[in-house]
Amino acid sequence: MTLLETLVQPVAATGMFANAWWMIGAPLAVAAILLLAGRVADAWGHFLAVAAVVFSFAVAACLFAQLLGRAVDARIVESQLFTWFSVGAWTFDVGLQVDPLSILFALLITGVGSLIHIYSIGYMAHDPRRRRFFAYLNLFVAAMLTLVLANNYLILFVGWEGVGLASYLLISFWQEKHSAAAAGVKAFVMNRVGDFGMLLAIFSMLVMFGGSSFTAVNHGAANLPPLWATLIGLFLLLGACGKSAQVPLQAWLLDAMEGPTPVSALIHAATMVTAGVYLVVRSHVLFEQSAIAQTAVVLVGTVTLLAGAWIGTSQDDIKKVLAGSTMSQIGYMMLAAGIGPAGYAFAIFHLLTHGFFKANMFLGAGSVMHGMHDDVNMRNYGRLAQYMKYTYWTFFCGYIAIIGVPLTAGFFSKDHIIEAAFHHNLIIGLCALLGAGITAFYMTRLMFMTFWSEKRWEPGVHPHESPKVMTIPLVVLAVLSLVGGAAMNWWIQTWLEPAAGNHAHEVALFTPIGGVTIAVVAAGVALGWYVFGRNPIPKVAPASRNPFTLVGRNVLYGDLINDSVAVKPTYALGRAAVATDDAALDGAVDGLARGFGGLSVVVRKLQTGYARSYALTMTTGVLLAAVVLILSQLA
Amino acid sequence: MTSMLVPLFTAPVIEFRELAPVLILFAAAIVGVLVDAFLLRDWRRWRDEIQMGLLIGSTVAALVYVVLNARKGLSGPLAMGSLMLDGPTYVAWGALLVFGLLAVLVFRERRVNGGVTVFASAASSVPGSVEEAEADRVRLEQTEVYPLALFALTGMLVFVAANDLLTLFVALEVFSLPLYLLCGMARRRRLLSQEASLKYFLLGAFSSGIFLFGVALLYAFAGSFRLGDIAAAVTAPQYGRGLLYAGLVLLVVGLLFKVGVVPFHNWTPDVYVGAPTPVTGFMAICTKLAAVLATLRVLYVALGGERWSWQPMLAVLAVLTMALGAVAGLTQRDVKRMLAYSSIAHAGFLLTAVVGASQDAARTPTSVSAILFYLIAYGFATVGAFGLVTMVRNEAGEDNSFAAWSGLAKKNPWIAGLMSLFLLSFAGIPLTAGFIGKWTVFAAAWRGGYSWLVVVAVLLSLVAAYFYLRLIVVMFGGEPARNSFVSEASGWTWVPVLIGAAATVWLGVLPDSVLSVASGLGTFLR
Repeated sequence: MTLLETLVQPVAATGMFANAWWMIGAPLAVAAILLLAGRVADAWGHFLAVAAVVFSFAVAACLFAQLLGRAVDARIVESQLFTWFSVGAWTFDVGLQVDPLSILFALLITGVGSLIHIYSIGYMAHDPRRRRFFAYLNLFVAAMLTLVLANNYLILFVGWEGVGLASYLLISFWQEKHSAAAAGVKAFVMNRVGDFGMLLAIFSMLVMFGGSSFTAVNHGAANLPPLWATLIGLFLLLGACGKSAQVPLQAWLLDAMEGPTPVSALIHAATMVTAGVYLVVRSHVLFEQSAIAQTAVVLVGTVTLLAGAWIGTSQDDIKKVLAGSTMSQIGYMMLAAGIGPAGYAFAIFHLLTHGFFKANMFLGAGSVMHGMHDDVNMRNYGRLAQYMKYTYWTFFCGYIAIIGVPLTAGFFSKDHIIEAAFHHNLIIGLCALLGAGITAFYMTRLMFMTFWSEKRWEPGVHPHESPKVMTIPLVVLAVLSLVGGAAMNWWIQTWLEPAAGNHAHEVALFTPIGGVTIAVVAAGVALGWYVFGRNPIPKVAPASRNPFTLVGRNVLYGDLINDSVAVKPTYALGRAAVATDDAALDGAVDGLARGFGGLSVVVRKLQTGYARSYALTMTTGVLLAAVVLILSQLA
Repeated sequence: MTSMLVPLFTAPVIEFRELAPVLILFAAAIVGVLVDAFLLRDWRRWRDEIQMGLLIGSTVAALVYVVLNARKGLSGPLAMGSLMLDGPTYVAWGALLVFGLLAVLVFRERRVNGGVTVFASAASSVPGSVEEAEADRVRLEQTEVYPLALFALTGMLVFVAANDLLTLFVALEVFSLPLYLLCGMARRRRLLSQEASLKYFLLGAFSSGIFLFGVALLYAFAGSFRLGDIAAAVTAPQYGRGLLYAGLVLLVVGLLFKVGVVPFHNWTPDVYVGAPTPVTGFMAICTKLAAVLATLRVLYVALGGERWSWQPMLAVLAVLTMALGAVAGLTQRDVKRMLAYSSIAHAGFLLTAVVGASQDAARTPTSVSAILFYLIAYGFATVGAFGLVTMVRNEAGEDNSFAAWSGLAKKNPWIAGLMSLFLLSFAGIPLTAGFIGKWTVFAAAWRGGYSWLVVVAVLLSLVAAYFYLRLIVVMFGGEPARNSFVSEASGWTWVPVLIGAAATVWLGVLPDSVLSVASGLGTFLR
């Protein structure tokens, strides 16, 4: 059975499916209400925000149940809302598509989103701008749902930009911190590079397929010239790299940790940063037309999974360790998505389990910070297991899930990816295996520095457990981290078939490669204990000459590279452009400012001189235009 | 067939109804000048109200005629063929009247400026002189600004409809001269303003010379000033093409000067900064709109057959323009100057669609409707942004430095929020009008076979997005500036700003309402 034969046609939305837009509408409306209502809403705004997300979750759950009841070939449901605009022969519609892939995302976003909203009630209780925070969170949920529910790439792009906007607003939420504002700008700029890829991909699709709807693209892909398939694939990958913090556009994610911790959990771990994986899986028909683009996805994923893990080994800031880990885990997903039909379901599987355990750990880190006066430096932690029982045990569940202890969520999803990677290519497989070992190492380091070892607290810090409103979401996520994998392992591949294509299933639990993986993970844990568990952890990071440590501490010199490759040259160019442009006037203006009255004669002389030089530029321009015209005649 | 019966003189046929918008504005402008000159002493204090009434009344009346005529479907050559009434003319007239009105409403603003307008009390007095102080003391006002703006608008209306090169030239001068004057009439920083005015005038004169030379050469080539005749001559030339190419280059350069295309842009930053801000807003949108439309008409109607020769030339200029606008904008520390470079970058983005000259299956250039939409989207954001620029001030007057805008969100979140909306629209973020505008012009360029140009344009639009964002960050993240404040503005400023904001969102969410009109009216007549 070839893949194209299995392409399932969308069916028109009826009944509840026609109301799919409620999921987006509710949080969007609440965001608007909270922003416009002003202080009146301070007292109850956050409850309304939680209610909106829970409502969206309920709608998503309803739709999910209905999808389950449908025949397999009727599980892609499309609802056209209205025509946005048309340019010439191209018409752009606003439409939603509920299918096995998008509904899983909708459940993740609204489900984990609800928990994080609830947690935030406690976490942001004392923030004077709590109402605004919840408005932004709701805005984010609405945009993220738009991204995953869109039935064409242009609406997807609208959501794509929307989550970006919400993310910048939330990263720089504590704008009085200069670093937070700078981090927001950085995220914005690096994401624009990704958007560049997205826009070009969409333009290419319009030209090649006459539209950007998933249906049009999937059907046209088979006849796509190979060059264009590769180009569109690479453009999409560029977009995915920007949003999902994959190498080479990874540098913004660590800085994004300046935002409040629930934001890191929701946006920079569980949902938004996985949009790139969603994009690749959603576009799988396109990627299958180009081996080059697929290989590029695999390479990006592999490099990032190692780079992220590397960063995780040497940071002292607990959130930055988790951020490096997020990069690394998304690298796994990308890798799986690039492997081909065998990997799509695993990419999504790992994405979901990662959503559980990483949100769990980020919220746990938030709970730790809550008890430690917002200190993020793990060198000031230690022995917290005794003082924060709920936080510790839930975090522990996340820990064993991420390193892949058998039967936890990460075990199922990650082992499948490693297995598939070995089948794909030996070297890629070894890299994935190595990544699993490093993950075990840095997570063990984190556990020792935070929860075990001895107290290294700053004076005046009295760790205490967080309120129930924060610990209950933690417990729910911890349970999901434990059982989420087992619950989905035998089901998800079949379920995703209508959206991700047909292929042989892989559900085996204990394979030879699986055994090796467990051994490598055990070695990683042992190494972590050997380095950090045997001796007291120094309060100040020891000076290190180890190049591995240095590079890791400096986040792989990502900023330095960006600065010298992109930022500095652009600014130099800008200054040069302005210098030639402004030399004239600025001199005159400065002169004016200094000698407002008496110097008018001198200034007048300056002026005629400069007007003449401007005229000279124009004359040069005329010549330039003439030369180009003549050359184009000759050509 | 010459016969003695043919009269020596034929009375020209004037289509008064079709020409009504132009005539109404022109008449109102003349009445305005007369009012200023001859108003009786007792009526003097009403002068301002009378001028404003004339202006609003005449633009609204003209707008009504535009809409009525368009609905009636009137079209074709007017005034012995010197003007052409067609779809783009209607859209451009409508847009010019709306933007002109919105921009000129801000001229009347007094509250923000401590009870006086932004215009010099007596523009002819020497800055810093006794006469100036005396004029300030008795609160003289140059109410001539309103008729001047009306003259400029009249010229622009003719400019976008001109169907022969001579009319085009006359219209160019008619709208340019009042603008030179308006630029030099700032109340504060008068030397800077006068310098800008003089510089604009000198360079404008220079470009007019180039333009006129081009007209002469094209006449030599085609034997006619009519755009249609030139098009005919291009397909079946009587003389060598050397004249055509030389004329084409010079004529197009003369037009692109007004658009603000690199390397004919130098005047833009200086004039934008020097001119009184409401005038800058007026020029930023109306001049650009008129100049782009006239360029389009000349290129598509008269020189469409020669498309293969001007497309590469304009593509090179488009790249230069986008690159300089976007890159030079990065290092600006002054809001008005940044907006000047932004307007240069936007001229470049517009040029991409001009270059594309893309046509539908139905042979209607979609470039035209894309460009019209882009200009309308850009216009609303521009009107709004320049309106807001007038409100941030220090003791001496308007303060445009980034330092003064720092932390604005803490002083007045509404102004900062609205400014951000306009900046996001300039940057082309989805759900603002600017996104749809960029999308349509890039799509037109791509369809026209200039995909490489679109790649460059998208890349540079990202660079440009950065400097808009920087101002947003300054407003929201910076420490509140101590020596600047937000001055209370009256409805004269707020109405245009709020209309601009509403339209920016409206056109972003439901663009089809305007885009379908622009597409329906997107074909030039010959």
